[in-house]
Amino acid sequence: MVSLLDKKKTAAQIVANARSEEKMSAYELIDGIFSEFMELHGDRLSDDDAAIVGGVAKFNDTPVTVIATNKGKSAEERLRTHFGCPEPSGYRKSLRLIKQAEKFRRPVIAFVNTAGAYPGKSAEENGQGEAIAHNLLEISSVKTPVISMIYGEGGSGGALALACGDRVWMFENSMYSVLSPEGFAAILWKDSSRADEAADVMQLTPEKLLEQHVIDGIVPESRSHKRVFKAVKKILQKELTDLEKLTSSELIEKRHQRFRQF
Amino acid sequence: MQLFNELKTLGHKHIKADKKAGEKVPSGMWIACPKCHQSFYHKDLGIYQVCPNCEYGFRITARERLKWLVDSFSEMDDSLKTTDPLKFPNYQKKLSKARIQTGLNDSVLTGMAKIEDQRLALGIMDPAFIMGSMGTITGEKITRLFERATRQRVPVVLFTSSGGARMQEGIFSLMQMAKISQAVKRHSEAGLLYITVLTDPTTGGVTASFAMQGDIILSEPRVLVGFAGKRVIEQTTHQKVPSDLQDAERVLEHGFIDAIVARKDIKNKIAWLLELHSKGSDVNG
Repeated sequence: MVSLLDKKKTAAQIVANARSEEKMSAYELIDGIFSEFMELHGDRLSDDDAAIVGGVAKFNDTPVTVIATNKGKSAEERLRTHFGCPEPSGYRKSLRLIKQAEKFRRPVIAFVNTAGAYPGKSAEENGQGEAIAHNLLEISSVKTPVISMIYGEGGSGGALALACGDRVWMFENSMYSVLSPEGFAAILWKDSSRADEAADVMQLTPEKLLEQHVIDGIVPESRSHKRVFKAVKKILQKELTDLEKLTSSELIEKRHQRFRQF
Repeated sequence: MQLFNELKTLGHKHIKADKKAGEKVPSGMWIACPKCHQSFYHKDLGIYQVCPNCEYGFRITARERLKWLVDSFSEMDDSLKTTDPLKFPNYQKKLSKARIQTGLNDSVLTGMAKIEDQRLALGIMDPAFIMGSMGTITGEKITRLFERATRQRVPVVLFTSSGGARMQEGIFSLMQMAKISQAVKRHSEAGLLYITVLTDPTTGGVTASFAMQGDIILSEPRVLVGFAGKRVIEQTTHQKVPSDLQDAERVLEHGFIDAIVARKDIKNKIAWLLELHSKGSDVNG
């Protein structure tokens, strides 16, 4: 992974770093940032999707709800999580946990690293579109702060469904885009080998997205996980303090304005 | 590297779909239905442009649909133009062509309408405008439609037809999904009715946002309704998917569509639903 000080990264390098095998797993992130995490399973309808991990935890002694997409580490786990691409049941589980957080006035912190929602036969049959649509609809008016951090890939609607709250941060080595650069190049230029060029045109780097106000800030990364956890904690603490000053209606109004500008 | 390959092939699906769009627009004397493959004399399709055999509704422009759908219509936001946020090469040329082809400024036609003296906010997406893809102006027009409908306390009826996100507008296309969803939510919280009518094809980011957010979700017969493209699914899962996986009829069986309504009956069905819900709206108002 390219170091924090190397500022001359191309968009294609950022894409490679975002997809790097060295990326932290969802569980490593959760363990590093929160204490006393308890995983809560299932969407209460039909399934428990391994690609989305959720539960309750303590953040500096404050109860929070944590949601994270999970690519997995072992081959077996990666198959089970479809390499971090959630099924509809994953989005339904996350919405269940967000509504639960609203009930108990807990902030929600979501970590996103997914190439997108899973494209599969069962995903279609179980309403992938409806599941994402329902998340977008409900999160728009949920009466508790929702902070998202994209820590690897942020792919399309499958990422947006977990990044449509009050704040969106991105790790320095992460990307956020409407489609993969390969897919983008294939559609527009009928040539997926021009992915690097596409990555540049798409403005998918944290820097570009910050300029466009799509995101609120960039988390600096380093080889030391500890240092990354420390940076994340500092950011979360500040954002939570700011957001908790707002009344529910102010919170929702600001969230509305955040997306209305596009 | 499975995902890498999967995404790489997304392009082929769209390219193919684009070619097919041409086939689905009737131009010659004899027309083959793309769904049941029967051929017909073009006049047999009638004013609704529907296959006489299987009731599939051919892809039509928003203005063609408007002709028989409502009794009066005043258009909104017809001069908004995209800022072309990525300054994407050749995009302006593509837009100009689409504007001439459809008579629209972007991929949706919006306005205030009346059906049998009942007022509604109406949006019709146009599959001929860059595959009905969702750009920033598409999103802005739909959002303004919901905002006006909320202020004026009228129901919204939206005909969806889209290949998904507008690639040329990148992440800004994606943001429209969140922006529109917020406006839908506020309209809904005001106790107002939202009906979506899925028309061919309803896919990608449109399925994953406002198409699936209606209080009542109707569909024309044999419409393609899905999130991911069929080819993407096959490349990812390495399994052949049934050809009817994303037919509206199957999607209805799985519980995501309320009813399938033939094109010729849609106007009456909407009028009936608006009338049925008019009382509730008065009470809340």
